[in-house]
Amino acid sequence: MDWLVYIFSGIAIASALMVITRKNPIVSALYLALTLFAVAGLFVIFEAYFIAAVQVLVYAGAVMVLFIFVIMLLNLEPEKYRISVFRAPRVISVIAAITLFGSFAAVFFYNRVTGTVGLETPDAVAQAGGYLPAISTKLFTHYLLPFEVTSVLLLVAMVGVVVLAKRVV
Amino acid sequence: MDLDTTLLIVSAAIFSLGVAGVLTRRNALIIFMSIELMLNAVNIAFVSFSHQLHSLDGQLFVFFVMTVAAAEAAVGLAIIVAIFKIKKTVDVYELRLLQG
Repeated sequence: MDWLVYIFSGIAIASALMVITRKNPIVSALYLALTLFAVAGLFVIFEAYFIAAVQVLVYAGAVMVLFIFVIMLLNLEPEKYRISVFRAPRVISVIAAITLFGSFAAVFFYNRVTGTVGLETPDAVAQAGGYLPAISTKLFTHYLLPFEVTSVLLLVAMVGVVVLAKRVV
Repeated sequence: MDLDTTLLIVSAAIFSLGVAGVLTRRNALIIFMSIELMLNAVNIAFVSFSHQLHSLDGQLFVFFVMTVAAAEAAVGLAIIVAIFKIKKTVDVYELRLLQG
């Protein structure tokens, strides 16, 4: 099954590169949606089924739609000016990003994750009745307070958005 | 290189692409999309750690990161729309209200 990981990873990285390089913002938004779908595929391979479903529903299904609404509302056109990539600030930015990736990759390549192994080994998950009961029990017992706090956060965000977007009379 | 490390390096690559996008582009909406790319890369890293350490805590943290990212995207887009109403542009080179 290794080749599945490589295929989805390749699609995700290639689409992410397309997101940051296209002139037309709608094209960038669609490539971002493709990246999110590829990442959801990666989540499924690594047995994070709930997170894959939430990613497709919330990220690719709501946040990206919001982005496309706003791009169409503002009626943005493709960038007309021809940006030279070889200006000094851009070159430095690209070199900085490559250096960042190099340092991350070196750390991940030469070190193994150590630490206390969690309790949800595949046997324990099967004993708890499957993946979904295990994760929902954990969400609504150990992580109940963050869950309720995020609902307050969403309410605050909603009120803020309505206030910001209201027409000032 | 085992699969979990491959996923971590994919996460690092997407994060670096997001950083390059934020630093390079002029359109505020594309900068926003690059920020979403960075958040997604962090989610990938969490899922990889959750898979390696046999713990569901990583996946639950991804859930909260996604919620916060959605709320932040909504508020940020509202700010961009409000600025566009006044300045009629989303080019960050022109949005220098705090300068001087």
